[in-house]
Amino acid sequence: MTGWETFLTAAIKVVIAFGFLLTVTILLVWFERKVVADMQNRLGPVRAGPYGLLQTVADGMKLLFKESVTPRKVEFSLYIAAPVAALLPALLIFLVIPVGKPFFIGDRQIDLSGTDLNIGVLYVLALSSLAVYAVVLAGWSSGSKYPLLGAVRASAQMISYEAAMGLALVPVILYSGSASLSSIVDAQIATRSVGPFDLPVWNIVLVPSFLIFFIAGVAETNRAPFDLVEAESEIVGGYHTEYSGFRFALFFLAEYINIFNISALTTVLFLGGWHGPTIGWGPLPWILPLVYFFAKTVVLVFVFVWIRASLPRMRYDQLMQFGWKRLIPLTLLWITLSTIGIGVQRFGVPWG
Amino acid sequence: MGAWDDFRKAFGGFFVTARQMVRTVRGDGLVTTSYPHEKRVKPQRFHGRHVLNRYPDGMEKCIGCELCAGVCPARCIYVRGADNPAEARVSPGERYGFVYEINMLRCIFCGLCVEACPTEAITMTQLFEFSVTNRDDAIYTKTELLIEADGTPNHPQPDGPLIDLNELRLADGWMRATAPSGRAAYEGVVAWTPSAGVGIREAEAGQGGSALAATDPGEADGAPPDDAGVDELIEQLHAIDAAAGEPADDAEEDAP
Repeated sequence: MTGWETFLTAAIKVVIAFGFLLTVTILLVWFERKVVADMQNRLGPVRAGPYGLLQTVADGMKLLFKESVTPRKVEFSLYIAAPVAALLPALLIFLVIPVGKPFFIGDRQIDLSGTDLNIGVLYVLALSSLAVYAVVLAGWSSGSKYPLLGAVRASAQMISYEAAMGLALVPVILYSGSASLSSIVDAQIATRSVGPFDLPVWNIVLVPSFLIFFIAGVAETNRAPFDLVEAESEIVGGYHTEYSGFRFALFFLAEYINIFNISALTTVLFLGGWHGPTIGWGPLPWILPLVYFFAKTVVLVFVFVWIRASLPRMRYDQLMQFGWKRLIPLTLLWITLSTIGIGVQRFGVPWG
Repeated sequence: MGAWDDFRKAFGGFFVTARQMVRTVRGDGLVTTSYPHEKRVKPQRFHGRHVLNRYPDGMEKCIGCELCAGVCPARCIYVRGADNPAEARVSPGERYGFVYEINMLRCIFCGLCVEACPTEAITMTQLFEFSVTNRDDAIYTKTELLIEADGTPNHPQPDGPLIDLNELRLADGWMRATAPSGRAAYEGVVAWTPSAGVGIREAEAGQGGSALAATDPGEADGAPPDDAGVDELIEQLHAIDAAAGEPADDAEEDAP
């Protein structure tokens, strides 16, 4: 493959991924509002477009045309940089997620992910740690007390849950034998016969890892019940109180892309990614994996929304206790047990 | 079953939301409607915008007595009466409402004006969509308040999906309840006058039948008030008051 072709492939992928993420955000906001409305016996958005599908487009247009108010006490350069810093990690994380089966043009393999890093999991964790900078910078540079309070909460919360999130992935890496996301997906292709069915062995068999990763993911994206960062009943809008117009739209976009990213990551790491029963006919073997991937992701997004509609916001001390006294010790215990288990599975009992 | 109870305590909320979602998706238990395409049925005594009524013959019911202005706790009604011109009478009485203004920004929609009105000239309707972009427009004058001789109501905004002008034809039940027959002793007797366009208004549930129900609204249109019917009504009212042991104060003035 020549350098020119590599560049072209990458450019096309990036453009598609970017457009895709924007579309997904629009649909995601609509989906969340509709589902929450259903759970609260309301209609939800019905005005713009069929079933209110274009409601988010309308909201986005409104935000684009609104004045971006800049309060007098802001640190302007950081204040401007923060929304971008929030959006960039969200966009970059998606680039390593394999969304479908690789296909071939001639004998050149095209992966359906921006790039396949052999340290994919570390890259994802590193970028999601960067996201906290955006929140802290936004809160601090706004020169206002509520954003600052939100930012302080955010830094404490995200760092705490970052630990649990990273530790929960150790058994997955050990079990799959790789930190590359596409290898982790490929490692989940094996099936096991249970009675008449060939059941796939997905990493979800590491149940504690799955639960801890998902809970920490909810906390990382600042979603209910961990939305203390932007608790509107306590600290107005939290870190984005002083943001309006397009700058606020960037924060909003980042939040929803993060929800999609966490759901997609959970799919890749635990639910077999794009694997599923395939039928070999025409382009179906290529389209079906995409469908499986997005179906699994949408189910997880639904769980996100379901959690939001069901649980009240945690208190700050409860949040910290849950993170440090429950999740992290549990994760450490689980790492120990699963490591022993995987070792025994791989090398046999030490006395045998 | 300790473990099950703990599980219920921790995750019961998820089942509540899931159950409600299933209900909503099945179209059951929706608490909101697609307003304004789908409007809720309002209570019979809903206090909406006022209208000034006319008799079926086109005469204005308002006699310019200013009782509404006097009773108004928000001081939002301004009335100036004038003598009826002899050649072209506006109301059946001696005087008529020459100027009639309601400041809708001040009005608290208590309905005391409806209660005070001796001729059922001012009634409240079911329409509440009358937002304005200019404070001056919130002062409704006779142009907006008075219905046309054929019973068509007037409104600053046109009829549309949001503003259903038919709601202006529905007088609230309060008018009927405060009319003489609104008292329990008058059960089954209508003692309010017919209006242009709608004729005699139906009694509310609990107010029983209508003594003048035989008067077809279509026939009543444009025709002068039925004197024979009124006499008959007054006799009925006397009989009821005698039976109830009360003086027939409402009917006394009319009785010879």
